[in-house]
Amino acid sequence: MSEPEEVLRLAGVCKVYNPGTPQETEVLHGIDLRLVRGELTALIGPSGSGKSTLLNLIGLLDSPSAGELYLQGRATRELDDRARTRLRNEAIGFVFQFHHLIPAFSVLDNVLMPLMIRHGKPDAADIERARGLLAEVGLEGFAGKKATELSGGQQQRVAIARALVTHPALLLADEPTGNLDTHTAENVFELFRRFNAQFGCAVLVVTHDPRLAAGCLRTIELVDGRIVGAPGAP
Amino acid sequence: MGGSLWLEWKIALRFLLDNYLQTLLILVGITVGCAVIVFITALVTGLQSNVIARTLGTQAHIRMLPPDEVNRVLPAPLGLLALDLENPRPQRLRSISNWQDVRDVLDRQPDILAVSPVVSGPAMGRRGVARASVALLGIDPVRYLRVVPVADDLIAGRFEIGAGHAVVGKELADDLGLDLGDKLRLDAGEGREAIVDITGIFELGVRELDARHVYLDLKQAQTLLDLPGAVTVIDTKVADIFAAEDIAVRLARLTGLKAESWMATNGELLNALRSQTMTTQMIRIFVGLSVAFGIASVLAVSVVQRTREIGILRAMGSPRGQILRVFLLQGGLLGLLGSGVGGALAWLLVQAFNRFGARLFEILVEPTLIPGAMAVATLTGVLAAAVPARRAARYDPAVAIRYV
Ligand SMILES: Nc1ncnc2c1ncn2[C@@H]1O[C@H](COP(=O)(O)OP(=O)(O)O)[C@@H](O)[C@H]1O
Ligand SMILES: [Mg+2]
Repeated sequence: MSEPEEVLRLAGVCKVYNPGTPQETEVLHGIDLRLVRGELTALIGPSGSGKSTLLNLIGLLDSPSAGELYLQGRATRELDDRARTRLRNEAIGFVFQFHHLIPAFSVLDNVLMPLMIRHGKPDAADIERARGLLAEVGLEGFAGKKATELSGGQQQRVAIARALVTHPALLLADEPTGNLDTHTAENVFELFRRFNAQFGCAVLVVTHDPRLAAGCLRTIELVDGRIVGAPGAP
Repeated sequence: MGGSLWLEWKIALRFLLDNYLQTLLILVGITVGCAVIVFITALVTGLQSNVIARTLGTQAHIRMLPPDEVNRVLPAPLGLLALDLENPRPQRLRSISNWQDVRDVLDRQPDILAVSPVVSGPAMGRRGVARASVALLGIDPVRYLRVVPVADDLIAGRFEIGAGHAVVGKELADDLGLDLGDKLRLDAGEGREAIVDITGIFELGVRELDARHVYLDLKQAQTLLDLPGAVTVIDTKVADIFAAEDIAVRLARLTGLKAESWMATNGELLNALRSQTMTTQMIRIFVGLSVAFGIASVLAVSVVQRTREIGILRAMGSPRGQILRVFLLQGGLLGLLGSGVGGALAWLLVQAFNRFGARLFEILVEPTLIPGAMAVATLTGVLAAAVPARRAARYDPAVAIRYV
């Protein structure tokens, strides 16, 4: 069997907030990490350990203070904002804990947003793809509704459909089930497992819930800005 | 990404509609501001063109006169300090030499629309025992009426001044008890007299002119004033009335004559008009500024309200420029919409003014005024949006997403 395609590699990534000021804090201390295509990975760790910081770095929303981050084999630290923005649109899908959708837009427009950012007015294929994803998350009847008319769990499913509409190589989710009840959380997590298998993208999910983490092939634990055991690491 | 502004339009419109109350309030503000600016501009423009039309309806734009006679002082020999006691020369009635050549030269100037040589001088008008001092104007009626349309202000008779006929002002007619067909005796001194029939009476509304002017045939006036074949002044009409002073300076140099523009002889009126224009300009600038600040502050609030959404858009790969354009567009749209409605409102106000107002004069809305105001307002909206838009574009997406 051939070596699975590498999606993400972190080499000695550090993050210092407020460098050069009295509030200077190093949050991440030399993170090495590798994710391959088709991998479903849980990122766990106590609150304040740096999980969101790490996810922001991986999602190119922020840049590391030291070390290098390779996305699909490409070094990203030297890229300018324009190139990082483009790469975000092409390669990464985000799901956040809160405030997932843009309330001014309909559910369908929210799902289409990454494609509209990419090439303006959506064509028939775009709309078909977005509707297909809405059907997959069980919300085909909600396409025309305002995002605010949906429940929290429904909004989170729309956010997942949106994150997948560009068929990203890497899906990042920061505590996506954090404010959902257990049952809904399991449903949402089930979607991650399904899309991971269906699209073959690498999925990295931050979660507090040990039961959900147990459902992942691989678990990475972050404590005080360091990865502590990485059972199942390739 | 995607060269067109399709998504920018979509987001800008959505944001404006989503916050419709806020949008509506600022639109009302812009509408009122633009209506004030457009209405006051139309009003003052109408008022001023009315005043100018009235003023220029009774006088030439530029009058060409023979140069003043001055004393020629012998220069003192070198090294000698001369103390001169000078009496100004009495200015006799002088004619313009070779006026036909000057007229032809003026006729060829592209910025001069009409040229009318006139002979004018004082005389005494008599009818029975009534006497009045008058100003005789000998004219070529076709040329003269192109410069000063007196014929438009006739209140009786026709503008006909063949030999032995005269047209006089209403005040003079009243003073001397003249009516159409009556005879007027003109005495220009030194035994030069003529009796003319009144064929027309005009009323220009300027007392000085209505009480003194007597229009005669050029030849007859020349004879009466003892200036055979001569004229004393050449009246002209120019295309651009506000260029009159510049043209006058040029004509003086060209002809060697004295050139008096209407602007020079109506200095006070022009001053009044200028300060009125300046006041209007101030009002426009301050109203425009408050509209601009209104747009800027509403958008600044909107940018803060939408912090999270901006973060989400940026996280999904929306470039900085796109966020910038979304807010610039909102500013432009607010300016355009507000000024469109405001322009329409001002137009209605003008119609109401013309219909129900004091009717002293009619305001005409120049066809470029409202489109011009809309263009300026749109641009102002875009400029006012610049600061908030830049702020939105600079949000750090990682921070913006966490904003609650
Ligand atoms: N923008 C920031 N500026 C300064 N410190 C920050 C910033 N973001 C996070 N931190 C700090 O970094 C540490 C890790 O935060 P975070 O990555 O949010 O942890 P987690 O997601 O694991 O709870 C915390 O101590 C937090 O206070
Ligand atoms: Mg976190």
